[in-house]
Amino acid sequence: MKPAAFEYFVPQEVQETLELLEQYGDEAKILAGGQSLMPLMNLRLARPKVIIDINRLQDLSSISPGAHGGLTIGALTRQRAVERSAAVRERNPLLFATMPLIAHFQVRNRGTIGGSLVHADPAAELPAVTLVLGAEFVLKSTRGERAVQAEDFFVDYMTTAIEPIELLHEIRLPGWRQGRGWAIEEISRRKGDFAMVGVATVLELDGHGSCKDARIALFGVGETPVRMERAEGMLRGKGVGGRTFEEIQKVVSDDLDPVSDVHASAEYRKEVGGVLTRRALEKALLRAREGRK
Amino acid sequence: MAQGYIGAPIRRREDLRFITGRATFVDDIKLPHMLHAAVLRSPRAHARILSIDTAGARAIPGVVWVFTLQDIGELAIPVPMRMYQIPGLERYLQPLLARDKVRYVGEPMAVAVAESRYLAEDALDAIEVEYEDLPEVMNVRDAMRNEVLLFEASGTNLGAVHEISIGDVAKAFQQAEYRRREEFQVHRFTGNPLETRGLVAQFDTGKNELTAWGVTKLLHYNRQVIASFLKLPEHKLHFIENDVGGGFGIRGELYPEDFLIPFAAMKLGRPVKWIEDRREHLMAANHSREIGCELEIAARRDGTVLGLSAKIYGDMGAYVRTHGGLVPCSTAALLTGPYRIANFHCVVHCVMTNKTGMGTFRAPGRYESCFFRERMLDMMAADLKIDPVELRRRNLIQPEEMPYTVGVTRPGSNPTVLDSGNYPSALERALKEFEYDKLKRLQGRFENGRYHGIGLAYFVKNTGGLEPYEGARVVVGDGHSVAVYISISMLGQGHETAMAQICADTLGVPMDWISVFHGNTDQIPLGWGTFASRGTVMCGSALYLAAKKLKQKILAAAGKRLSVEAARLELREGKIYQKGTEAPPLDLSDLASLVRASVTLNQGQPELEETAYFNSSLMTYSYGVHLAHVAVDPETGMLEVVKYLVVEDVGRVINPLLVHGQTVGAAVQGIGGTLLEQLVYSSNGQLLTTTFRDYLLPSSTDVPPIESVILEEAPSPLNPLGVKGAGEGGIVGTGAALANAVTMALASLGVEVTELPLSPDRIREWIRRRSAHQAG
Amino acid sequence: MSSRRAITLTVNGKSYERLVEARMMLADFLRGELDLTGTHLGCEHGVCGACTVLLNGEAVRSCLLLAVQADGAELLTVEGLARGNELHPLQKAFHERHALQCGFCTPGFLMTAFAFLKETPTPTEAQVREAISGNICRCTGYLPIVQAILQAASESGESSGKSVSTPPARR
Repeated sequence: MKPAAFEYFVPQEVQETLELLEQYGDEAKILAGGQSLMPLMNLRLARPKVIIDINRLQDLSSISPGAHGGLTIGALTRQRAVERSAAVRERNPLLFATMPLIAHFQVRNRGTIGGSLVHADPAAELPAVTLVLGAEFVLKSTRGERAVQAEDFFVDYMTTAIEPIELLHEIRLPGWRQGRGWAIEEISRRKGDFAMVGVATVLELDGHGSCKDARIALFGVGETPVRMERAEGMLRGKGVGGRTFEEIQKVVSDDLDPVSDVHASAEYRKEVGGVLTRRALEKALLRAREGRK
Repeated sequence: MAQGYIGAPIRRREDLRFITGRATFVDDIKLPHMLHAAVLRSPRAHARILSIDTAGARAIPGVVWVFTLQDIGELAIPVPMRMYQIPGLERYLQPLLARDKVRYVGEPMAVAVAESRYLAEDALDAIEVEYEDLPEVMNVRDAMRNEVLLFEASGTNLGAVHEISIGDVAKAFQQAEYRRREEFQVHRFTGNPLETRGLVAQFDTGKNELTAWGVTKLLHYNRQVIASFLKLPEHKLHFIENDVGGGFGIRGELYPEDFLIPFAAMKLGRPVKWIEDRREHLMAANHSREIGCELEIAARRDGTVLGLSAKIYGDMGAYVRTHGGLVPCSTAALLTGPYRIANFHCVVHCVMTNKTGMGTFRAPGRYESCFFRERMLDMMAADLKIDPVELRRRNLIQPEEMPYTVGVTRPGSNPTVLDSGNYPSALERALKEFEYDKLKRLQGRFENGRYHGIGLAYFVKNTGGLEPYEGARVVVGDGHSVAVYISISMLGQGHETAMAQICADTLGVPMDWISVFHGNTDQIPLGWGTFASRGTVMCGSALYLAAKKLKQKILAAAGKRLSVEAARLELREGKIYQKGTEAPPLDLSDLASLVRASVTLNQGQPELEETAYFNSSLMTYSYGVHLAHVAVDPETGMLEVVKYLVVEDVGRVINPLLVHGQTVGAAVQGIGGTLLEQLVYSSNGQLLTTTFRDYLLPSSTDVPPIESVILEEAPSPLNPLGVKGAGEGGIVGTGAALANAVTMALASLGVEVTELPLSPDRIREWIRRRSAHQAG
Repeated sequence: MSSRRAITLTVNGKSYERLVEARMMLADFLRGELDLTGTHLGCEHGVCGACTVLLNGEAVRSCLLLAVQADGAELLTVEGLARGNELHPLQKAFHERHALQCGFCTPGFLMTAFAFLKETPTPTEAQVREAISGNICRCTGYLPIVQAILQAASESGESSGKSVSTPPARR
């Protein structure tokens, strides 16, 4: 399984990269960590005419504090760096907890946060996590810069809002509100595999212990990660726990419309999506209550 | 045999090259002017080939040749059947490259040879093929309707039928107080050694000789067939194995590539290398295990089994290759297992479908039949309200009944005779080691969100025999060296160590004098190969015989030299001692030098050496018990194997480290195969599992605590060492034990497992169906 | 035909300069160009780990890297583990614990374990299992590999791990 031939560029500066993208557009593929692209190329399922290797763009590999306690993470930041970052641990416990779930450490040594997000495998954890976090993606091209919200970024099956001439530059995460509960739950055949179905959730309680805000995103259940808006709406303003979460389980199951593949049927994903949501909310609630102490 | 190497946990001497990265696997071989081949494989499951245009491929710079079946011309033969040639199967042999039709995704259609594998794959991309699609036949049921024929000339997709009839099953069922009928299905999966197949072939056009590397498992047989294909005498072909990355039954059988690559080398006059990639391997190397069984049991109310009646359906894939009807026939052969079942009737169906062909995978047919039978016994136990362990006890063959004749269960073969065994003892030992009495209380219990279950499976496995002989040659060299040449091949089992142990003890030399050579058709004239766990049984026995005879020769020569009767001499640790005296010993190497220099010491032979063959077409039978404790999350279908035990009696252990390694490795393979692995086809014949992302192999986090207990209570009377093979026992009972455990766990939900794999999706489906059934 | 590039890299302490086609896999470069055939290819799509090497001190899958990407890098392969005839503790432990059978996966496991122990010198058994979960073995069932890595760790320091989960072979 050897890749088909391609022309290879390894720009040393972001501007050079953008010019290459301008020139080659949809004939080109960005090579970052390579953990998703190289298997496709070795299998000849992807045969880009041009490869733009961005691994020398050191500026894109960074984790820095953002506004209001948030985080700004360069797209080329290795997943392993995010996994070990003290800033991430302090500022975004959900993202921090997600990293070890991704594949295996050898993959995370090379894989980048940006690469995973642009690749947008519907069974991947990071896209769903950026959805519930309300992340913003900064895209650059020779024509300028624009920011796309996570909810507008994941458009279709392995397709994002990024244009062929654009480069994902950085990901901005809003500040984490103290006392928030969170959880990430997934079911996979083996540890480190893509999830058959998974849930990322963030839960905020108000002064009375009822739900002030809830965000629930499922992965592995559709063409893109899916926000469960009906369930979120039902939770807002309600007392939380036990029976409420069982109702949410049912709502989520009802609303899901997954596909089948060799690992799990649509019916399985529908059912278990609900079960995992319930379990995730239970965990998030515990954390929220802990957080208020 | 005083020395004590046999039975000792000696660490492997072959390890050094593997841990330093200096082993020689076939892809490590580089020859000057070597070319690289790639095979064009059919992307369609069933289609007529209208045209193949290779012009564009041949025009690519660096591409040296692209050939199809036409180019093989008169030399073309189909891949021959070697075993289980049930009448009828000869109609379904595979051509070396597709002729006018393709019948499975992955079928070889053309070969491109180029300066690099990268260029060879570029060539494949440039080959243009026109197809006329035909309807696909993707399961046994559809195939047997014969609405769409894979081979029009044959008139049917039912390749062959074989019947086994022992005792009087009709009477048994008449007299039965209890009867039950079930349909079971095992899924399609296979061995996936970590090294894919590969070959390097070099043809010497000056001498008309072929050397091939990467051939394994059955070097001599394969050489015979390829020699015949190339129209050369056998001795002009040199087949060399080198190091092999696992076989598990899959590697080493003859496939089209084994003919195509030597053919290319011969035509081009340059060495040709072909290394299969993983995607190819999943669609081209033998599939296995997809067997269905309609099983009926007849018994008394006290659980004594009176008879078994079975219909077995093997999903053979599109072609029959070397194994003929082996997999479904082997399923039938040991269906009665370790139990006293006097009446047994079985009809085996070999059915052709548009899938990759089926061949052996570690314990072929036995994993399947163990699942069918042990599930049925547990069902019967539940129906009759008899404890499942007690049910086994009532039906196990007793030691005083050994050897036990089952009857003729293999086509055209001697009756199946279980050679030796203390079956009840192994069962009791297993229960004790597993702490079964304590764990029993967990059966069906719901604790912390999960249902617990303990499952048992009893297995017997034929080892050894199958093909009638193996050989070994032992040669004493100078300078404290002994060379052992063996006719079997080595795929990772540690024969270099185990054989050295046998030779050392039998001959009477220190183990570190001995070098073991294997896998080279020039070193020993004939042999069969490494399969059915027969390596130690057959070759170890041959080596034992050779070493024993050689020892006699040595003592005779020493006796002449020392003017002492040979009977007064003994050979120990490489020295020849005069019994009962203080006389200084004669070093064996010194004797070897003397023999070289003398005409009289060794009857005119300058070398102290001996070749021996061990002949036996009788099989030995290892046996034992698998016990599994599982916990199942009913909401997600996720299953955890909490604890696993294999108890196996191998007759006699040459090296417990190696046997233990085989058993644990086999158990993990079996657990992975039962829970994770599956070759999945779409309804239009596309293989959906073509990468390791979809075909899931067990990893370190999927492995439960596994204990392996090896017994030597029943040595085999059929060979001088008393050994039975140890390579497969660890896998045989895994499907059965896990399925029984899951059924026990989910008994309160009404789930009765009749199919594999035990994936979360299926477990959820079974629970869902049962609760709908119970509600409705 | 891909663009060809000149690359310079250090492998096992030795410097190499070569001209390579852009599409050549790092694993093929090591095996084919440098004759370091200890690194193996089992899947070529980043799952089995047989191709694991260290790139600038980190364990990576060399089937998912292009040789050109290793320009200027320092690589360590299995051939670089031993010092002359002196085996690395991991290699010795693999041998002593019968942690290999066919040996095809072994270099990948050794390099993964080497990288892992550098970071986590006193791992628990659970940590070892997780660390090697990205490497496939078809022969051993992993248990002796876990034991070997724990043994090597304890020889290089004190292990915080609990002892064996599999008792030695019994009769």
